[in-house]
Amino acid sequence: MRYNKLFNSLKERNQLAYIPFLLLGDPTEELSLKLIDTLVKNGADALELGFAFSDPVADGPVIQAASLRPLTNGFYVDAGFKLISQVRAKYPDLPIGILTYANLVFAPGIEQFYDKAARSGVDSVLIADCPVEERDLFSAAARNCSIDTVYIAPPDAGPSSLELIANYSQGYTYVLSRKGITGTENSQQETGTDLIEQLKQLQAPPLVQGFGISKPEHVLQAAEAGVDGIITGSAIVNLINEHYNTPDKMLDLVADYAKTMSDAAHNARHQLKMVHTIEKGSNYVDSGNNQTAAAGNGTAS
Amino acid sequence: MNQKVNAPTQFEFDGAYIGQFGGQFVPQLLMPALQQLNKAFEASLVDNDFQTELKRLLKEYAGRPTPVTECTSYARINQSRIFLKREDLLHGGAHKTNQVLAQALLAKKMGKHRIIAETGAGQHGVATALACALLGLKATIYMGKKDCDRQAPNVFRMQLMGAEVIPVDNGSASLKDAINESLRDWASSYETTHYLLGTVAGPAPFPKMVRTFQKIIGEEAKQQMKELIGQLPDAVIACVGGGSNAIGIFADFIKDEQVRLIGVEPAGKGLDTNAHGATLLKGHEGILHGARTYVMQDKEGQVQESHSVSAGLDYPAVGPEHVHLMTSGRAEYVSVTDEEALEAFQELSKSEGIIPALESSHALAYAKKLAAESTEPLNILVNLSGRGDKDLAHVMSILNSSN
Ligand SMILES: Cc1ncc(COP(=O)(O)O)c(C=O)c1O
Repeated sequence: MRYNKLFNSLKERNQLAYIPFLLLGDPTEELSLKLIDTLVKNGADALELGFAFSDPVADGPVIQAASLRPLTNGFYVDAGFKLISQVRAKYPDLPIGILTYANLVFAPGIEQFYDKAARSGVDSVLIADCPVEERDLFSAAARNCSIDTVYIAPPDAGPSSLELIANYSQGYTYVLSRKGITGTENSQQETGTDLIEQLKQLQAPPLVQGFGISKPEHVLQAAEAGVDGIITGSAIVNLINEHYNTPDKMLDLVADYAKTMSDAAHNARHQLKMVHTIEKGSNYVDSGNNQTAAAGNGTAS
Repeated sequence: MNQKVNAPTQFEFDGAYIGQFGGQFVPQLLMPALQQLNKAFEASLVDNDFQTELKRLLKEYAGRPTPVTECTSYARINQSRIFLKREDLLHGGAHKTNQVLAQALLAKKMGKHRIIAETGAGQHGVATALACALLGLKATIYMGKKDCDRQAPNVFRMQLMGAEVIPVDNGSASLKDAINESLRDWASSYETTHYLLGTVAGPAPFPKMVRTFQKIIGEEAKQQMKELIGQLPDAVIACVGGGSNAIGIFADFIKDEQVRLIGVEPAGKGLDTNAHGATLLKGHEGILHGARTYVMQDKEGQVQESHSVSAGLDYPAVGPEHVHLMTSGRAEYVSVTDEEALEAFQELSKSEGIIPALESSHALAYAKKLAAESTEPLNILVNLSGRGDKDLAHVMSILNSSN
């Protein structure tokens, strides 16, 4: 429901969603809450919150390193749900997604996990190591607790997988920018408009792109490709890794960063429109049509 | 045929699962790679050229069949007889070479020119390095930093054969973490790279595929036992890390219900301590490295570090088929401590002139216990999964420091 509302209202404003990712309890419980406040204050439209796991196979060095802090502090899943309850109380309309690994859902009992998620106010769960083909293990429990299940659409998915992903993903569809694991080193976006077109044709829920997005220009590329939102993960976690010993500075940097990226997401389509108008304008000039001289001047510099 | 055998399909894989265990719990991103591999694997089973080439390599390059040797004095208690399936004599020094040659051929069929692999004891890494050298493939081996130190000779062996060895220093710096790193590499490299997983763990099709390419151990041994004693053994014993040498020797005996199948897990410093790797005996159902299986973990699902004196058994999960064999009651699982394994290591060396791998020493130690506890003479078949050369420096330093 909350995702629906969000994407509808963003659509009206012709904006992309900005969804930052954080590890729960990182660097401490208290600072984790402050970081979340900072993100919301600076334009986050929804949150993707991760539970630290001992064996995060989908994560690169940045999130691996960060995971050690909550794990060392004994900040596990139950503590994470408690923290989410507090966030939910503060922000009743904010969509909150969980990003986690299968064993953390399985170990406490699958029903119990989803029940706790629902009680703490979670909207969606994405299990990084559960492809849509293995959905049966978790889907009944999720459905019973009215939790959305989000699936990932990767670059090389075959047509039958894509169809399943489009059919079963709820809330939104997580579109991978590229192959590989989380991290900002490789920001080359491989996901063509092809995958995005296919997902749209299959009427997948709103497309949110993640992996390797760390700069405003990546947001523009994503908007150009036609997605409805973007996720940044490692970029913020990296700021935490570098500055968790100086919390005020860390919060300032995260605030600046979130502001930059949310502005980029919220303005991307307008910016693209301008670029396109200008390009069109220059075409007109080329073809001898001087109606759009102003735009033509713009591109001549 | 034995009448008591349950439904004949009970011990076969059904798709990605055996019983309720197994599956493909990997990032969606890796599914195309697994689907491609599964297709290539299933096709290879009916591909005569592939099977002929594999057979030829196993015979002419790797030295199959390996013999079965009866011990002259080791564990000759109560007139029991101990037979060793000599995988230590296979080229590379362990059973690992069997299935590595097969997967390397598959990789070539799939047009992949680079191989990644994890290794614990270094035996799987050595097998991968030799196969890649032979077949002209590029090898990258991930190995826990801790294991690089305690299995140093194998690191050099791999490098000599042209493989790149990358020490993994995160997590527990052992086998589990080497698998994590391999999966991470594969997530961006799968188009050109095959992940040559070394045991019957991991996502489908690995558990079934590795079993298929290792079951030659039991097929040969069964025939050899018939020739040697005119009957099947009373018990078949193997150590269990991920579980490939055990499945390899068990597979062909599963339908022979009168044969006890016994897997030996590492009890490390004792099952009542935290320092062991007895996943089946002390772990709980969970999901790790792509499979629904047993995992050593805490209540909230964080994976615990395992411990064993032998790097190859130092793994906090286990292949899903072993969970099925245990929960269905077809196989038994027991454990042996570091100390008992070290004793067997020395005893077999002295009594038979065979230096066993520390991993295999666990199976040997239990064979002796079984013989001692039995009221009747038993014919016991032990999978001597590898030779102990790689362990010499490690064992020497342990023995020196305890004197
Ligand atoms: C000689 C030997 N035996 C056993 C093992 C354990 O592996 P598995 O349980 O897959 O046979 C290893 C692993 O490195 C090994 O080198």
